[in-house]
Amino acid sequence: RSGRRGTSNTGGTGNSMDAPSAAGLGGADPQLQRFIEVETQKQRFQQLVHQMTELCWEKCMDKPGPKLDSRAETCFLNCVERFIDTSQFILNRLEQTQKSKSAFSESLSD
Amino acid sequence: MESGFGSDFGSDFGSGGGGKLDPGLIMEQVKVQIAVANAQELLQRMTDKCFRKCIGKPGGALDNSEQKCIAMCMDRYMDAWNTVSRAYNSRLQRERANM
Repeated sequence: RSGRRGTSNTGGTGNSMDAPSAAGLGGADPQLQRFIEVETQKQRFQQLVHQMTELCWEKCMDKPGPKLDSRAETCFLNCVERFIDTSQFILNRLEQTQKSKSAFSESLSD
Repeated sequence: MESGFGSDFGSDFGSGGGGKLDPGLIMEQVKVQIAVANAQELLQRMTDKCFRKCIGKPGGALDNSEQKCIAMCMDRYMDAWNTVSRAYNSRLQRERANM
């Protein structure tokens, strides 16, 4: 997986197929191929929304009330941003440690 | 939750009677299946979260306060889901704009 930042791959759990490998599916039909790429992308998005909603619910919701109060809403917004930041941080740092091979194995062997 | 969601969509994947596959129809059916899968996922997580929030020591039945709590919880979970969806979408737009 490339170290691309700021794409919809951000924070993906990687359990859906990658867009490039969709070329094998749909056969020679470019319309089907395009469809698979688009739907795969959409599903990645959906999966992440599911995952973040679950995580952020734990952090931001106390007792369910008659409406989502502004404090909880702010918490959810921050939570999404920080989750993406975390994901990017991890990718970036991993990329850095990969660049110097020895540093990588050092950081693994704690 | 009955198993109807898992049932197949019949053997006709847009082949009509002629045996030629219609990609348009396949795509529509796939979209439906994806939507169903997403709804299932949402319901599953919502049930988990609301059970945790609303049910203390499980009694012989769901009492009124538990039912009210579950109802509110469902609505709040949907609010949360929509908020997260919008926030994530905004973040993606921002990232793309910065590329």
